[in-house]
Amino acid sequence: MNMMTDAASVLEQEQDQAPAAPARKLGEVILDVKNISLSFGGVKALTDISFDVREHEIRAIIGPNGAGKSSMLNCINGVYQPQQGSITFRGQTFSHMKSRQVAEMGIARTFQNLALFKGMSVLDNIMTGRNLRIRSNLFLQALRIGPAEREEIRHREYVERIIDFLEIQAFRKTPVGQLPYGLQKRVDLGRALAMEPQVLLLDEPMAGMNLEEKQDMCRFVLDVNDEFGTTVVLIEHDMGVVMDISDRVVVLDYGKKIGDGPPDEVRRNPDVINAYLGTAH
Amino acid sequence: MDTTFPRLLLQHAAQRPAAAAMREKEYGIWQTFTWSDLARLVEHLACGLHEAGLRRGEHMIVIGANRPRLYATMLAAQSLGAIPVPLYQDAVAAECVFPITNAEVRFAFAEDQEQVDKLLEIRPQCPLLQGIWYDDPRGLRNYSEPGLASLDALAQAGEAFAARNPGFFKGEVDKAAPDEVASMFFTSGTTGNPKGVVHTHRTLLDRAKAGADFDKLTEREEVLAYLPPAWIGQNIFSYAQWLACGYVVNCPESGSTVMIDLKEIGPTYYFAPPRVFEGLLTTVMIRMEDAGALKRGMFHAFMKLARRVGPALMDHQPVGLADRLLYRLGDVMVYGPLRNNLGFSRVRVAYTAGEAIGPDLFTFYRSIGINLKQLYGSTETAVFVCLQPDDQARADTVGVPIDGVEIKVADDGEILVRSPGLLKGYYKNPQATAEVLSNDGWYHTSDAGFIDAQGHLKIIDRVKDVGRIKGGANDGAMFAPKYVENKLKFFPHIKEVVAYGDGREKVCVMINIDFEAVGNWAERRNLPYAGYTDLAQKPEVYGLVKECVEKVNADLAADDKLAGSQISRFLVLHKELDADDGELTRTNKVRRGFIAEKYQPLVDALYGGKTEQYLETQVKFEDGRTGKVSATLKIMDARTFDPVKVAA
Repeated sequence: MNMMTDAASVLEQEQDQAPAAPARKLGEVILDVKNISLSFGGVKALTDISFDVREHEIRAIIGPNGAGKSSMLNCINGVYQPQQGSITFRGQTFSHMKSRQVAEMGIARTFQNLALFKGMSVLDNIMTGRNLRIRSNLFLQALRIGPAEREEIRHREYVERIIDFLEIQAFRKTPVGQLPYGLQKRVDLGRALAMEPQVLLLDEPMAGMNLEEKQDMCRFVLDVNDEFGTTVVLIEHDMGVVMDISDRVVVLDYGKKIGDGPPDEVRRNPDVINAYLGTAH
Repeated sequence: MDTTFPRLLLQHAAQRPAAAAMREKEYGIWQTFTWSDLARLVEHLACGLHEAGLRRGEHMIVIGANRPRLYATMLAAQSLGAIPVPLYQDAVAAECVFPITNAEVRFAFAEDQEQVDKLLEIRPQCPLLQGIWYDDPRGLRNYSEPGLASLDALAQAGEAFAARNPGFFKGEVDKAAPDEVASMFFTSGTTGNPKGVVHTHRTLLDRAKAGADFDKLTEREEVLAYLPPAWIGQNIFSYAQWLACGYVVNCPESGSTVMIDLKEIGPTYYFAPPRVFEGLLTTVMIRMEDAGALKRGMFHAFMKLARRVGPALMDHQPVGLADRLLYRLGDVMVYGPLRNNLGFSRVRVAYTAGEAIGPDLFTFYRSIGINLKQLYGSTETAVFVCLQPDDQARADTVGVPIDGVEIKVADDGEILVRSPGLLKGYYKNPQATAEVLSNDGWYHTSDAGFIDAQGHLKIIDRVKDVGRIKGGANDGAMFAPKYVENKLKFFPHIKEVVAYGDGREKVCVMINIDFEAVGNWAERRNLPYAGYTDLAQKPEVYGLVKECVEKVNADLAADDKLAGSQISRFLVLHKELDADDGELTRTNKVRRGFIAEKYQPLVDALYGGKTEQYLETQVKFEDGRTGKVSATLKIMDARTFDPVKVAA
């Protein structure tokens, strides 16, 4: 009936339970990754990976340690430059992306190992996510002259909506370094949301969390997707989470794609089972 | 007051349309609703509710946290002569079934997705429930349940209706009489189903006004509404008195921001149960321990002065000039900043009620210049029965009967109350009504107590728990176990106490030490111990506990009614009383009868005059396994005192 209870129930690993039927409509392909290969010297991190992401969907990338999940995200994000292949975003094709260009096009990300400004307040951290959208120059901002002040108020309001959305009002003015880990993760998500992204890349948003924090995070990811229509690409280890909240799943192993499809299909894929459980030799 | 809630709203809106009625913190800013904003919203909601089919005399559920729109919905329902029934927002779904079916509710206001989910979950059991309106649309976008709509949509429909039917709203408001039912509050029964307490406009407003007159409340007060609106206390402070006085009610941003919001608002009129005050004090103390040596030294020095002269100053008693000047200095250096930090800078009147408050805790707040007082009342009496006057606040009484209240003590010690604020009855439950409300208008509180020499009411226990000493030197004396237990529990070293004495010749107690506090105390004295059981049986700890017991005895001796309840013998238990072992209820109240059975040898030893007793007990660990704990417990005599005759 509602997404929250569904997210919670699948964490209990009910195999037969069907994932939440997406009430939202999936759109056209927004991000198309074609034949990406990435190597560091002799080490092949990714080999000939192709998959697409459709508008408004939640797309998961899973795989064992070292499978190349984060590398894949870093290629989309423009941090790594793949040696082969292309990435098409909203009809524009790139052989490699530049980080700033990616951000300006509307792709935001969070980090596996938090990269927040620890000494700054929650509010200021999320405000940094508005950076790309601030138009007035440094001089006007420093003097708080007319248009700069009005702009500041507008951005502040947007940040307050995110704070309200993520239910972190009580920590608005707390330095991020003093917050527990689960809340820091939430602030990280908040900063990414402040960019008003079309695509949100989440690098292990639930790593290191306890069950309750995971449930909260699941709900926030679903709510972001539902309320803002944001397309979400997430890397995750927790199979319960992945199977429940994502629409389609890509499975990587040793830099190769071994599965792609809806969660139920992927779960039955023998290659995937081998990769996760190992095979008898 | 010969009026109704909706009429008061319209009166405020006509007289002071631009004055603030409510504030709500949203998006980091306090947003103001003026009286005219609110009156307009209430009119639209009332018209919308009428169109949806809400009829005179019908009940409507409101469930959610303190929000202006929740209170507006209550006013809208009352404008139509319908009866709002607030439910606790943290109640589980199953607990809402009884009130909804019992009151034949068709319509409900639910604050957000959480509350909507709850109502939808129990809808199959509540077939009458047809319309649910929500305030916060978050997460509800894809809900397509029939009858579910937003409050905005309701207000919009109402606005159109009001445009077509001008004068309808005013006409409906004028129809209601002050003696019609205004609200119903469900009280949580410990056994059986909850009971709906029915109140009229007159009962609630009469008490609201009496309380406001007592403390000279004006329209300039600021109140923070942070306790559940379903609890009559919150309802009186942020609804009945709000409309009676016309002051400003402030709604915090969320449950977790209450302390921040408290500081920002700086209320002038404040209520909190003792545990909130205790929590605040603990935070202050912890932060002071972490402060620098200079600050800490200053804090302790001035707090010593405050304890000595602060309460006397609050009570307008004579204090020497030197102390007065020093206190003034302390106010600048410590008390003022501390009050500001707690959000109590502007508090004129603060109340606590609900359970006994420790004298140290109570004195702390009064000594730093916060006018903390106690009151006595319940859902059935529309709260205000007894209040403490500004200069007579004491930790062990609950104040004097206020305007309109008559109090009588029955033969068994039960407090009987007659006042214009008494309930009309329990909803659809004439039997329960007859049990508490006698034909000549006395309400039976089931609390035992007495009026002391200064005319203050003193509550000692529940009537059913009060016993009598039988035989011995104090034959026939009153014995109030909870009163004795509470007095001991106010000592920081004592965690739990079980007192026996009903039908016996003397009072004996079993005590649980507070492991953390006593452990700390032992460490500071270089007293080694192996664990709880070892620490509890240390002779030094017995000495410590004995001191506490004798202090309580000296205190009880000064009280001519309870001097017979002095403790003759005590022992310190070797294990903590635990709800998992059935010794405490889930709300941490001691189960006296069960403990007496389980520790029969100890009770026998206490009364049999032995000095020690061997005991083996089965305990249940948190993972469900069981084990055995055995120990030889020492039993000690405590000094008792002759009753002190107070000169009348």
